[in-house]
Amino acid sequence: MTRKQRRLTMIGGSLAVLAVAAALVLNAMRDSIVFFSTPTMAAEKHIPPGKRFRLGGLVQPGSLVRGDNLAITFAVADGGATLPVAYKGILPDLFREGQGVVAEGALDAAGVFKADTVLAKHDETYMPKDVADALKKQGHWKDDYGAKPDAAAAPTKGASR
Amino acid sequence: MIAEAGHYALVLALALALIQSTVPIIGARSDDVALMNVARSSALAQLAFAGASFAALVWLHVTSDFSVANVFENSHSMKPLIYKITGVWGNHEGSMLLWVSILALFGGLVAAFGNNLPLSLRAYVLAVQAWVASAFYLFILVTSNPFLRLANPPIEGRDLNPVLQDIGLAVHPPMLYLGYVGFSISFSFAIAALLEGRIDAAWARWVRPWTLMAWIFLTLGIAMGSYWAYYELGWGGWWFWDPVENASLMPWLAGTALLHSAVVMEKRNALKVWTILLSILTFSLSLLGTFLVRSGVLTSVHAFATDPARGVFILLILCLFIGGGLSLYAWRASTLKQGGLFAPISREGALVLNNLFLTTACATVFIGTLYPLALEVLTGDKISVGAPFFNLTFAPLFVPLMIAVPFGPLLAWKRGDLAGAAQRLMAAGIAALIAIAVLLAWTHGGSTFAPLAIGLAVWVIAGALCDLAERIGLFRVGFGIAMRRARGLPRATWGTAFAHAGVGVALIGIVCETTWNSEYIATMKPDDVARVAGYELKLDGLNQRQGPNFREMIAQFTVNLDGEKLSVMTPSKRNFTTRGSSTTEAALLTRGGSQLYISLGDTTADGAIAVRIYHKPMVLLIWWGPVLMAFGGMLSLSDRRLRVGAPKPAKASRALQPAE
Repeated sequence: MTRKQRRLTMIGGSLAVLAVAAALVLNAMRDSIVFFSTPTMAAEKHIPPGKRFRLGGLVQPGSLVRGDNLAITFAVADGGATLPVAYKGILPDLFREGQGVVAEGALDAAGVFKADTVLAKHDETYMPKDVADALKKQGHWKDDYGAKPDAAAAPTKGASR
Repeated sequence: MIAEAGHYALVLALALALIQSTVPIIGARSDDVALMNVARSSALAQLAFAGASFAALVWLHVTSDFSVANVFENSHSMKPLIYKITGVWGNHEGSMLLWVSILALFGGLVAAFGNNLPLSLRAYVLAVQAWVASAFYLFILVTSNPFLRLANPPIEGRDLNPVLQDIGLAVHPPMLYLGYVGFSISFSFAIAALLEGRIDAAWARWVRPWTLMAWIFLTLGIAMGSYWAYYELGWGGWWFWDPVENASLMPWLAGTALLHSAVVMEKRNALKVWTILLSILTFSLSLLGTFLVRSGVLTSVHAFATDPARGVFILLILCLFIGGGLSLYAWRASTLKQGGLFAPISREGALVLNNLFLTTACATVFIGTLYPLALEVLTGDKISVGAPFFNLTFAPLFVPLMIAVPFGPLLAWKRGDLAGAAQRLMAAGIAALIAIAVLLAWTHGGSTFAPLAIGLAVWVIAGALCDLAERIGLFRVGFGIAMRRARGLPRATWGTAFAHAGVGVALIGIVCETTWNSEYIATMKPDDVARVAGYELKLDGLNQRQGPNFREMIAQFTVNLDGEKLSVMTPSKRNFTTRGSSTTEAALLTRGGSQLYISLGDTTADGAIAVRIYHKPMVLLIWWGPVLMAFGGMLSLSDRRLRVGAPKPAKASRALQPAE
């Protein structure tokens, strides 16, 4: 085999693999990407039931209800709208009323957000980044949301799932 | 005093790095031996000062000197000694100091052991190493000084984030950094080769052990981090496709490709230009990982930095080195001579295929990690790319790679015989088919995907064994002769077999854990019994205990199997008073390769507690696989060829000198 033929084989093979990879990526992009919404955005966009998205906002104080068998309901608010959330399981260590939360799942026919994952990807002093940005954008940002007086000086490190 | 000394040592290290980054190059350009030798002494001195600076910070943490901001924010006088030490790198400033110290360490190692390198090559390599070091010393001194004093020293510190107070995290960052930063050596060698416009097989023989060493540390570091997430975060997950995890996976994939292409370059003097590009890309991905983690563009466990100035600074370093490296490559790569010819079906061809799939897989991880960031910057839309994306892209690319793995070592250099190799792999193929058939029958009606994937893993493991059996002539010559041959085999061959088998072992663990994992989540009261995968777990009761810097609530479970008492498990929930935060300490019970896993949730008003119990079959294989890979790497590293294979002439002339 000459150098030219060898090179053509190699280039052809590489292009084939790259094309397959590109097809896989595009396909996965279409199906498995999850958008982030706050309750207000969810109401504006009229997200259809069954479509998965990430819901972010603050856990409405006083809305947390623990039912039987680890069933939990709470409401997520962003100052503009609230959305009821139902979840079954154990909440993360850092889940607290009045603090930021991100839940992943979909709306059911009754308009309740059925979450299968609840993340509190932040520490005790500040918001999840997504939530903070969204709240700022909507003008509902208040620095005292969730901040603890003794540790508010500097955001500390870490997060939990 | 110690803090100021540490700070001063860091400034001196910067000054030395600046000298080291210029003088040797002038020396190499003008062929001045004295100037070129400056590289060696300055690299060693730089190591001494960076090391002194790091030691100073460790000392400040150990003695709980809360007049230093870094110690105040991340330490507590009641914290156990080990976490006072590991707390040094449990924060942004300290971990960057660790980063540069390791960089200085690698520079020092090249200086100390690079006696038989061509003098000009060593000068260039150390100079490039010093460019990187200078940039990061500046970064630390300008934006994140770990030795900053507080005007009014408090009497007590803020304590380290509780999830980081763990032995897994004591070892994970240094390992990972040894891997990340270790790739700077291959980067420096690549840039040096481009600057010199010269590259030969001796170059590859030098780069390969360094790459291998970095790769071993990175492999262990990733495995360690994954195991830490598994037991400490309390969710039983071991890989989340989190951007921070991807940031360490990308250099690993590129580094694995580099490892293999360096073999082709060393043995056959081919793929030179590609190897150089991979060296640059691998270290670029390491830098990208540092940027992603350190700049705070991501919010996760690892996001220490929230100061945008730091992000911009690291981004500049990133652009400078990646942009500079790639531009130099585009400009100078054509001056390098072309290598040897080979047919597509050959050992070289197999290694090219390996590189193709590894780099493509790396590219899909890259897209999945950076696409959300890019989209947010461009359109403001926030999306999350999670496990489904990577399962749909990364996994399909790994399947053909895994099928091809056993063929590689059995093909001859230059022109291979695919049919012959297939024939010799017959046993492995049969083993894989039997595994698939047995599993399909056993899990009748269950998932068909899992048995196929395990069959693939068996194929890879058996393929590695076939290769060994073939080489020592097992079953063809007598057992005694075969054993003697086995001892005579190069360690690198054993290393290859172990590393490849390790991939298969990890795959079995991954498939078993994801397919047959059973979980039980409920609230339990004392004397309640949970049944999971044949085990009976009885909650005996809840106790309170006071730890050194936390209070914890311990639940005691008695584990029974078939009516017989096996063991007692004690998961707990710790409350760290200083930060007012809590962590979940999972309890693990290992049975063979499988584990029972209990973590606690909240207590309810009536004295019940939420618990999460998992049975994870074969989960330990997920980490034994990487350990096996790293062991293979070490065997390969200890190969005679790599120890004595460096160019001879330099040594000979040195040996003559004393006689004169």
